[in-house]
Amino acid sequence: MHKNKSNSDLDSKLDAVSVALKQSIKNLDSHTHVRGESLYVDDVNIRQGTFHAVVFDSPKAHGKIKSIDYSKARSLEGVERIFTYKDIPGENEIGGIIADEPLFAEDEVHFWGMPIALIVAESKFIARKARSLIDIEIEDLPVITTAKEAKAKGSFINAPRSFSLGNTEKAFADCDYVFEGETFSNGQEHLYIEAQGAYAEPMENGNIKITSSTQGPTAVQATTARVLDIAMHKIEVDVTRLGGGFGGKEDQATPWAVMAALATYHLNQSVKLILNRHDDLRMTGKRHPYESTYKIGLSKDLKILAYQTEFLQNSGAAADLSPAIAERTLFHATNSYYIPNVTTKVLSCKTNLPPNTAFRGFGGPQGMFVIESAIAKAAHEIGVSAKQIQEANLLDENDTFSYGQIATKVEAKNTWESAKKLFNCEALEQEVIYFNKNNKAIKKGLAFMPITFGISFTNTPMNHARALVHIYLDGSVGISTAAVEMGQGVNTKMMQIAADVFSIPIDKIKIETTNTTRVANTSPSAASSTADLNGKATIMACNSLVERLKIVASEILNASENNLELKNEFVYVKGKKSELTWTELISNAMLRRVALTENAHYATPEIHFDKTKEKGHPFAYHVYGTAIITTTVDCTRGTYEFDSVKIIHDYGKSMSEGIDLGQVEGALIQGIGWMTMEEIAYNKDGRLLSNALSTYKVPDLFSVPKIVEVIPVETKGNDMAILKSKAVGEPPLMYGIGAYFALQNAIKAFNPNYDLKFHAPMTPEKVLMSLYE
Amino acid sequence: MITFILNNKTIKTSEHSGTTLLDFVRYQQRLTGTKIGCREGDCGACTVLVGTLLNNTINYQSITSCISPLGNAHGKHIVTVEGTNLKDKLTTAQEAMKANYATQCGFCTPGFVVALTGFALSNSENNYNNALDAISGNICRCTGYKAIEKAAHQVVEKLENKTETSFDWLIENEFIPEYFKSIPQRLKDIEIADLNQPKGKYVSGGTDLYVQQADHLADNDVHLIAEKDYLKGITIENGVCTIGTNATVSDLWNHSDVNSFFPKLKKHLKLVSSEQIRNMASFGGNLVNASPIGDMTIFFLALNSDITILDQDQNERKKALKDFYLDYKKYDLKDGELLKAISFNLPSNYSFFNFEKVCKRTHLDIASVNSAIHISVENDIIIEAHVSIGGVAAIPKYLHETSTFLAGKTLFSETILEANEMLQKEISSISDVRGTSDYKRLLARQLFFAHFTELFPKKFTLNDFVQHA
Repeated sequence: MHKNKSNSDLDSKLDAVSVALKQSIKNLDSHTHVRGESLYVDDVNIRQGTFHAVVFDSPKAHGKIKSIDYSKARSLEGVERIFTYKDIPGENEIGGIIADEPLFAEDEVHFWGMPIALIVAESKFIARKARSLIDIEIEDLPVITTAKEAKAKGSFINAPRSFSLGNTEKAFADCDYVFEGETFSNGQEHLYIEAQGAYAEPMENGNIKITSSTQGPTAVQATTARVLDIAMHKIEVDVTRLGGGFGGKEDQATPWAVMAALATYHLNQSVKLILNRHDDLRMTGKRHPYESTYKIGLSKDLKILAYQTEFLQNSGAAADLSPAIAERTLFHATNSYYIPNVTTKVLSCKTNLPPNTAFRGFGGPQGMFVIESAIAKAAHEIGVSAKQIQEANLLDENDTFSYGQIATKVEAKNTWESAKKLFNCEALEQEVIYFNKNNKAIKKGLAFMPITFGISFTNTPMNHARALVHIYLDGSVGISTAAVEMGQGVNTKMMQIAADVFSIPIDKIKIETTNTTRVANTSPSAASSTADLNGKATIMACNSLVERLKIVASEILNASENNLELKNEFVYVKGKKSELTWTELISNAMLRRVALTENAHYATPEIHFDKTKEKGHPFAYHVYGTAIITTTVDCTRGTYEFDSVKIIHDYGKSMSEGIDLGQVEGALIQGIGWMTMEEIAYNKDGRLLSNALSTYKVPDLFSVPKIVEVIPVETKGNDMAILKSKAVGEPPLMYGIGAYFALQNAIKAFNPNYDLKFHAPMTPEKVLMSLYE
Repeated sequence: MITFILNNKTIKTSEHSGTTLLDFVRYQQRLTGTKIGCREGDCGACTVLVGTLLNNTINYQSITSCISPLGNAHGKHIVTVEGTNLKDKLTTAQEAMKANYATQCGFCTPGFVVALTGFALSNSENNYNNALDAISGNICRCTGYKAIEKAAHQVVEKLENKTETSFDWLIENEFIPEYFKSIPQRLKDIEIADLNQPKGKYVSGGTDLYVQQADHLADNDVHLIAEKDYLKGITIENGVCTIGTNATVSDLWNHSDVNSFFPKLKKHLKLVSSEQIRNMASFGGNLVNASPIGDMTIFFLALNSDITILDQDQNERKKALKDFYLDYKKYDLKDGELLKAISFNLPSNYSFFNFEKVCKRTHLDIASVNSAIHISVENDIIIEAHVSIGGVAAIPKYLHETSTFLAGKTLFSETILEANEMLQKEISSISDVRGTSDYKRLLARQLFFAHFTELFPKKFTLNDFVQHA
């Protein structure tokens, strides 16, 4: 019933999408994935004599360690050794941004699940058994679990940050409407299906090789070197692929790798440390919960004139990536809207939860939830639809963001208008009204969700990458980059790039593991920019090789380099195919002693940001889009389904339609999960209650929207993006925020007394309570 | 010796029978395609197929190997993703996953491939919904499932031309490798002596015990009872249905006679768990887990079931299920006693049964509150009613007073509203990870009303019970 009536324009666009999908490149790993032959850390063939490790962690959220008795655990047969902070030759310190995080607790514990010791044994089973034999006595200290509490007690990670544009105070005085309120968005567990893990092996001369499931091989390498007090070149980190990351393995893959390496360092034996699911859930941080307040001011014609917020970020017990995440919250606090007067402030609050960390969107979603809540509140109070306010304030060309960047090549209005037209939104809205009029026990709700997301690491110095390209004697190619493959298809994109530049078939190209000895000093695979950064470096390296090869070819063919082209494994002269094949060209290059290896370095141009002024141009470009989400709520039971999500998305010019659509759909569902069923629960003692897959629910096959339509908006693309194909990893997650407001609209249709609340996720519990409040 | 065929290889092992099948497959046999996601049967990454030979035909079912004791593989054909692989090309299910971009990080993928292959091998009617049911126990965190739905669609399309039930068609159409044909005979040829069963914890499907105490079971003797015939079977005699406690939820799902008495049975059972778990979970296990929120327990309570208990000397005693539970996780079962069967009167022409369950996620989740009702009505008079409810008491609760109250009353909305008052007095909810106490109370009311709007849609709407609507 949600099919648009004879909407031939939409049908032809959908057809175009499915044609593109048929032709588009498949993930290069899919062959081994479907056969169960892809290797993850726990699948690597281990050496004889490998030990297995289990982490002993704090059973309290905050306290002084009075005593620990390891004697029974140590004497268990098969236990090799138990390591604590006392065994660390270097620094007991793993904080990436701020040095405030010990690898192992010393005298105090700061969160429930904080590592205290590493038990190394002949088998994981024995190590687990030994863990249960450890007696620990902890003297309780006061536990803080919420950001508000931390603020009241003055417990912070660092100094607050604040962005401002215009004069907010003055602007509020001129507003016809001013509304204030508060919001809460809960954390989110990454639930990469492959839990955290690493495998460390001793090499000669005290060198250690670590196979790690990490998004940040360099972080693992640098931290291990710091903890072991040895030079970085003694540590080799290798990553084949991850069974999911989502930000959870950007910083938090590090401790497990360091621990395994520490044990290897002492024992001179291989050590494997793979967390089991319960340990992973308990010990690792999640998306940050935010408690926020907002004040929004509008004119009579629904222009948002002023907006002020204070974000309280629940950072957990150590900084981890919290300061960077807090910053991105400020960057995206106004989402897709131009607001002339803005004051935003964020406080990273130190609590006794596991240090919260990166998660797809990196603070952006939390910021966007607040502005969307403020708009929903204003719309409700004024008596208009949120859509009217959203539409009246969409970002335009040359508008200024609160951080000073001027918006260019803006697609906010374009995606919005396309969504309205293509999906026949008037009919969709009428359908909801009609349905609600005719149904008492079931109600529908609809919401629009525009997104604007900046691409680049907001920490400018991190925007670089390198590629190392070898052409082998036989014409086959091996490529190493800093990119870590975790399902996002970045390796496939690297392969496409090389195949395109060299004009050779993809089966001649191999993407190597990500390894710190081949590509050093890397930024993590994060911020949606892995393909951009590493892809640009790969193009540069391949282009240099082509230049070199053209010189060789020009000598052989006696033609000017400018007239040469590599095409389908042949050299073309002035557009005409010559006899010279790719393979022959390579052999000739070797004979002429031409280097067939190239290393290229790419650093994003143009970007800069001045933290002292909180102004600059931090993003290479922005990604835009608009989603329309429709839900049906069972008002008897408080349960709900999503009928459809219809999206106009700005891919730029997608270089891999199938892979990119997969990113949009996957991120969308994760966003909907965050807004609906995924509920992190800690008790007041700081113990994680949602500590298993039976209590923490992520979307399953049956809970996803029945219809998901994603249509690319037609743009010229952006040269800062790889082959004009924009970054796609994170932005679509924020379409999911619309799920909250769609549900809220359905609730409003049932219960006129419902008092709007902005407290995500909107679980079936909250829906039912709201229906009958 | 535990003896079985693993993919194309006969295994004889003296490994402890309480070890999980997953650990054996991954770490003893180095078949690393079977992944570890949660070790609780909640993600499906470790899905394998179990082929059971019965009267010359072999029946394949998917299970989660993480919570299955190795000993339960005895005499079976176990198929991991490697066992589905063809030599030089992808199978039809694998190709469908690849072509539709249904794999991203790849970690959950083998589980989906095995479950889809299991669907192709199963006797389920070939349609899209059944294909989705087959992968309902598989969690994917990357794709958002839309691509996987397309893959399932493609598998169903390819299966449309399936003509025969033998393996030939599936082999010819590249769903499974050639060696499957030899399996039935090879299973017959294996001499399968009964496993030496030491005294130890009784384990049937293991779906609950292995979630709670896998390490303990791997380290201690277990007494596997899944293959005990005298605990199996579903029979109907004189309007009484008797279910052996070893019967699985899938056995009930597939029982056509029982389905005819409970037209919505599949809809209800679908709420209970995923297909993998339904293939393993025994009714006896559900009852003795004594979870206050056990779905099947709530189901049988409303049917006013009796249970048959067997002692070590094979003496039987009967007990009403509603009197079986004493307190939180305490019930009337002595050491050495086993539940043998559950029996209940089937619904008649005048009686109606309904089951309701609400949780955070509709499928493959533990209820916040669940409830069942069996009510007989003649000429608008309630002759008899049995109402049960879970999640709002220390035990799975039979609502004695509410049930008694309803009997003899006229089927009016006033009666139901008044009965709800009674229900609210009978329950005592607590706040936990499944919801606040207030929520569970409200939900209990709503599900109670839902029984009547579901069973008597012409008579009642939500409007009759609550404001706003």
